[in-house]
Parts: sequence; C-alpha cells; structure tokens
Amino acid sequence: MIEVKELTKSYGPTLAVNRVSFDANAGEVVGFIGPNGAGKTTTMRILTCYLTADSGSATVAGYDVLESAIDVRKNVGYLPESAPLYTDMGVVEYLKFMADVRDIPKSTRKDRLKTVVEICGLESVIQKDIGELSKGFRQRVGLAQSLIHDPPILILDEPTSGLDPSQTIEIRNLIKDIGREKLVLFSTHILPEVAATCDRILIISRGQLVANGTLDDLIGQVRSINRLYVAIRGTEETITPQMNQLEGITGFTHVGTNDGVVSYDITLEGDGDDVSELLFQAAVQNGWSLAELRQESIDLEDVFLHFTSGEQSTTTTSPQPSESSDTPVDQE
Amino acid sequence: MQNINAIFKKEIRSYFNSPIAYIFITFFLAISSWLFFGTFFIYNQAEMRSFFGLMPWMFLFFIPAVTMKLWAEEKQLGTAEILMTLPIRDHEVVIGKFLASLGLLAITALFSLCLPISVIYLGNADVGILICGYLGLLLMGGAYLAIGLFTSTLTKNQIIAFILGISVCFVIWIIGEGFVLSRTPGWLFPIFSYLGLGTHYSSILRGVIDTRDIIYYLSIIGFFLYLSTLSVESRKWR
Repeated sequence: MIEVKELTKSYGPTLAVNRVSFDANAGEVVGFIGPNGAGKTTTMRILTCYLTADSGSATVAGYDVLESAIDVRKNVGYLPESAPLYTDMGVVEYLKFMADVRDIPKSTRKDRLKTVVEICGLESVIQKDIGELSKGFRQRVGLAQSLIHDPPILILDEPTSGLDPSQTIEIRNLIKDIGREKLVLFSTHILPEVAATCDRILIISRGQLVANGTLDDLIGQVRSINRLYVAIRGTEETITPQMNQLEGITGFTHVGTNDGVVSYDITLEGDGDDVSELLFQAAVQNGWSLAELRQESIDLEDVFLHFTSGEQSTTTTSPQPSESSDTPVDQE
Repeated sequence: MQNINAIFKKEIRSYFNSPIAYIFITFFLAISSWLFFGTFFIYNQAEMRSFFGLMPWMFLFFIPAVTMKLWAEEKQLGTAEILMTLPIRDHEVVIGKFLASLGLLAITALFSLCLPISVIYLGNADVGILICGYLGLLLMGGAYLAIGLFTSTLTKNQIIAFILGISVCFVIWIIGEGFVLSRTPGWLFPIFSYLGLGTHYSSILRGVIDTRDIIYYLSIIGFFLYLSTLSVESRKWR
C-alpha cells in the first residue's frame, strides 16, 4: 500500500531524508522511530503530499504522491504532530467540517460521525469547544478527524506525545485495533510503545533508514553484542585492575558502589558464558564474593542505540541497565 | 465547488464564532456612520459621496484586520498541515477563504444599508448612484481582501500579516491618488493612475459602470489570489 523508493529531501543545506526506501502493506502497524530531527516527520509529510521530495518516488494506495496527490490524500488519514486543531470550533462542528471536505455522502455522514466519536471515546466532550479540551482529548479529536472517511491508510505523527500513561495505553490499543485491517504508519520516540504495538519497525537516523524489520529480526541483528552485569563485594581499587585483565571483553564501565558492593557493566565480543566462567574463577582466586552476575537481555533500547549511534558506542556509553525502558530516548 | 463551499462555510463560521465579525461590523458601521452624519446635515444634500469617499481609508485598516488570520493563524496553530493534506487543491482553499472574507464584507455592507435608506427617506436621492456605490465598494473591498489574504500567506505572525497588508494596500492605493500623481513623471502617470486601487472606484461612484473598471478589480483580485496560491504552494519547494 505504501511504496517508497530512494526518497530524498533537503531543507537548504541540511539533508532531512536521505534515500529512504521501504514498503508497507495493509494489516500492518509500522512504527517509525528515530531520534528527534531524524526525518520522520518529513517522510510522513511527503507521503501525505504536504511536501514534495527532491528525488525518489513514493506511491500510496497505488497512487503516485506527485501525480495524483488528491487521490493519495483521499486514501490517507493523517494526524500531524501535536494534533493541530481549530481551537475556536466545537468538536462536532470540526468533525462535520472534515466530513464535508472529505465529501462523505449525506446518507452515511451521521453514522461515520457516530462511529468515530465512539472509537475515539469522545462522547463526554461532544458539546465542548476544542479550545477547552485537554491535550489527551485534542489528540483523540485529531485521531477522529483522521478516521472519519474510513481510510485504508493511517499516518500518525507522534500520536501519544504529551499524553498521560493511561491515555497512552488507550491510544496504543486503538492503533492496534485499527491496524488489524488497515495500514497504520506511526512515528514515536517512545520505545516501549513500538514494542507494544508494532508489527514492524523502521528506524531512521540522520535521514537514513538504518533498520527495517520485526522486533525479533532487529534483536537478532544486534545479537553480536553481549552484555554482562556483575556486582562484587569489595572495593573499586582492588577489583578494577583485575577486570582489566579479563579475557574476551571489549570494555566495562563502573556503574556504582553501594554498601561495599561494586557493580560493573561489561561488554563482550563472544558468548556471555565464557566470560561468566572467567569472572567466577577470578572471584574465587581473589576471594571476592559475587553479589550478582547476570547476562543482560537485549531490548529495543539497545537495538535503537545500536542502529542510531554507530556500533562502538553502543553499550559502553549507556550506563543504565534495561530497567529504565519506560523513558523516552531523546537524542538531539 | 463542494470543497470551496466547505472552506467558505468553515471560515464564515470561524468569523462568527470569534468576536472578530462582531467587532468588525460594529466598529465599521459606527465609525463610518459617525463620519458620514458628521457632515451630512451640513452639506444638506441627499447623497452619500462622503460615505463612499471614506471607504478607501476605512478599508486600509479594517480589511487587513479581517484577512490577517486567514493563513497566518493556520500556520501558527499548525492546522495548515491538516488542511493542506485534505483532498482539496490549494487554490480551492484560497478561493474559499477569499469568498468567506468577502461574505463578511457583504454582510457588513448589508447592515450599512440603513444609511442609504435614511438618505432616500430624507431627500431625493439618486438610487442608481447609490447602487453603483455599493457595487464599487464590494469590488474595491474584494481587491483589498485579496491583497490582505496574500500578505497573510507570507507569515505565521498575524501582526506582521496585518502591517504588511496595510502597507501593500496603501502603496497600491496611493499611487493612483492626486497628490502622488501630481508629482509623478509624465510617462508613469497613466500606469499609476490605472493601477491605483481608488481610481476605478471613483469612476464607478460617478454612476457610470464601465466594464474596464470591473475588469480592473477582477484582475487585481485574480492576480493576488494567484499569488496567494503560489505562496501556499511554496512550502513544497522551499
């Protein structure tokens, strides 16, 4: 349904989108992730015919974005970043206007309005002006607007930004539901969201598409990096020199010392088991007591950092272990 | 047509949802009738020349105030992004917005009809000239509106759009007025006099409807609506 080939767009001297190619089909929820300013929004704006690419081609629902912009737009529902709406309009008035412009026939108009109000949970604010609504409800009105003509393709730019956790979950479930039959392409920089909702992940960094696949695919690609977390009772001065002598590791960082327990994050080249064994032996020889020793699992955050920041700095620069996975990754 | 109509309805509603329409209509009528009646009884003549004569000045400040939000606000709020990704062509949006602002002007003109009605009641007025006056008012108003709409596409700041609108309208109007024309070199004179926003208006006010005057205003409107469309489209290749 969406086919993008070698899409390139620059703003003056800065290359916003650099030869991005991918395709996506109906029944898929595709997550578009990347650091801020990576080119997510620009790509979406090209797909919705708001901007035009410098080179490359894109077809949406079988129509070329340059030649049949109107047909593309008819088949797409689009919610831009931060849901810009007319604050002086009422909710219903706004949705009616959208139905008008979308040329929804009079006979089905009422039903469509009812349906989107139900889907997006707008019953309680139907009498209000958009200007009075909270961020969460505005986002939902924006979503309702994009669904009103029952489009086969839905493009959402950061649909959950600025929402509280329960609203976020609602929107995510909504996206999942819609994605059963339609194609949903949505961008976010909140990683757990992608893991929770997407069938496929596109990672874009500095204008280039650096990864494209299911979460498992991507984790498979990053498998070559392994991490160990070890906590040893002792002092940093005595343990750190020993760590330097361990074989098979590419680096380690001292995470912290707590109650006489020193902990390290270790990056390895090969299998985690060998190094674990070596560490264990070292502990026995030196008479340390191991408080904790575990292999870190690879999560989306690692995948993201791996693809967006180059290989060397992947793990040595991220001192936080995987527990913090609910924080958005902002990289400017 | 359906699309233009949808945009038109939305903009008209937006004018009347906010205080803009009411403030515009009230102040426009209050100031113009005050200035009109200030001299009407002194001249003691059943005509509205002084009212129509005011219009180029009134429009200069009032019209850009009506048009400034049409695009600048869309850009400021970001709503332009939804609007321009709907299945509508850019020029349809431009025309819809223009017609809505013209609609507001027409509604205001409708309210001001109590002036000519009292003039007709009070004396022996030439109804034909009054009708011509209103026609000229709408045509010239349309030209001001098109210019204001264009300046609104240039910025996302409504104040800047307002000031730009006043400036552009002022320049195009003043070049056709006597105190500029008397200082222009001979070869420029016919051009300036032809282009001036008020020149054709004053000839319509005399009660003669010349197609050239109508064509002039329609082409000014067409030209600035075309420029607005280009300016709106410029987001694509900037």
